[in-house]
Amino acid sequence: MTEPHKAGDKIVPASSLNPDKVHTWPHLVKVEFIIGLIALIGITVWSIVIDAPLEEPANPAKTPNPSKAPWYFLGLQEMLVYFDPWMAGVVLPSLIIVGLMVIPYIDTNPKGSGYYTFRERPFAVGTFCFGFLILWIFLIVVGVFLRGPGWNFFAPWEEWDPHKVVALTNVDLNIWIAQTFGIDFLRGKVMAALFGLGLIAAYYSTGVLYYRWKSKTSETLQKLGAVRYGIVAFLFLTMMALPIKMLLRWTLNIKYICSLPWIGLNI
Amino acid sequence: MNLIQFKAQYEELRKLIVDSYVWKSIFRHGYKDTARNRVLMTASNVFLHLHPSKMRRHGIKISYTWCAGGLTFLFFLILTVTGVILMFYYRPVAEYAFVDMKYLQFDVPFGMVMRNMHRWGAHGMVILVMLHMFRVFMTGSYKPPREFNWVVGVLLLVLTFLLSFTGYLLPWDQLSIWAVTVGTNMARATPLLGHEGPLAEQMQQLTGVITPRYDARSFLTAGTIVGAPTLLRFYVLHCIFIPIAAAVLMIVHFWRVRKDGGISGPL
Repeated sequence: MTEPHKAGDKIVPASSLNPDKVHTWPHLVKVEFIIGLIALIGITVWSIVIDAPLEEPANPAKTPNPSKAPWYFLGLQEMLVYFDPWMAGVVLPSLIIVGLMVIPYIDTNPKGSGYYTFRERPFAVGTFCFGFLILWIFLIVVGVFLRGPGWNFFAPWEEWDPHKVVALTNVDLNIWIAQTFGIDFLRGKVMAALFGLGLIAAYYSTGVLYYRWKSKTSETLQKLGAVRYGIVAFLFLTMMALPIKMLLRWTLNIKYICSLPWIGLNI
Repeated sequence: MNLIQFKAQYEELRKLIVDSYVWKSIFRHGYKDTARNRVLMTASNVFLHLHPSKMRRHGIKISYTWCAGGLTFLFFLILTVTGVILMFYYRPVAEYAFVDMKYLQFDVPFGMVMRNMHRWGAHGMVILVMLHMFRVFMTGSYKPPREFNWVVGVLLLVLTFLLSFTGYLLPWDQLSIWAVTVGTNMARATPLLGHEGPLAEQMQQLTGVITPRYDARSFLTAGTIVGAPTLLRFYVLHCIFIPIAAAVLMIVHFWRVRKDGGISGPL
């Protein structure tokens, strides 16, 4: 964070900080012109050679299987497998946008401004790369190339069989625990809700516990402060909920952690 | 006429034009390669004036910027030009939309190339915006004093997605309406505001308006399904509302780049 100017501070003109300057004309304009020309030629040749897709006329009575959103939303569509639509389609995308916007206000690390570095900001770069490359780009690739009819997995060389049946044995977490360990009181509606909400509270409270544990010794956490840390922890844990739910679905066939059907709330 | 005579005549003609009253009213200075002229080339040209007249040496390195931001803007311009040309031939009416696509394909001179450039350019712009965001994050360029410009950038990212998404519907083929159906269907699960979202029933009892006809999804689709009213709504959003919003934010974005000390870089 830049501190506001104090009364006695001498204001240094920006140009004297870095005398290593060049004229925009011709040095930058030249680069822009050449790169722009290459891009224009590229898109023109591409457009002459490859036609944009155009399918049959719109027919509201004939639903294709699968129905895919535009490719850049397929990461979000993939999330529909693991979350309820209100989470995957509304809450999590909104949090992605808000989360991106708050980055400059919660990243108080003054290092690594204006140059490439991993060593000076491992958490920021690591988290962003995980979110962008794995949870966004990778899921788009999965959605474009590996999802077929019924949103089932198909290898690229496999034929899309619209009649492929995948046994859905997904159960909610409380039922899974009840079945596996014979704990029958978890089957009740109220107990299930309390159990689910409790688990979610416990999940988010790990952020609080980590703060209590480390804030005395960690300089980074002290600089961050409780409010900023809270936002970082909430966004980070929410982001990690996606891979956690993916793992639970793949390994244990678990559908929801918490289900409150009477208000239509499943998490 | 020998070469020397020709050269003399050419020089005379050139002087006549360049020294004329009209020429000097358009171009205020000559083309001499002096330091003063190099500054004037950017400072006195309305388009180049987006740049500072001098800039830091590393700012012209392609390995630093990847040219992603500038190319995004170039693609926006390509899309504006090709989009306006397409508007001459396209009617946003359910009966005509698909027919007009065929008209562009088979009858309009260079119609298919224009459509291809618009379609592929849109994909290119989405990719370039994401690359630009990735580069800006990796170089820590959102750090002070550029926090707010990152926020503007995130809004531009969202607008780019929305521009591409609203354009997706316009060809009015199977791909269009079902991709948009998938996208807009998520809105019906919006908490409180979608008729199938959490707490929708309670909201319905309270306000009486959260029904399939009046909820978050019908606000997007202008009806209960993706139909003719949706097409007009998306057309207006795609051609007028979002481009203007994006243009305004781009002005802010570029202006802030200049005001925040030019392109980011190591201090």
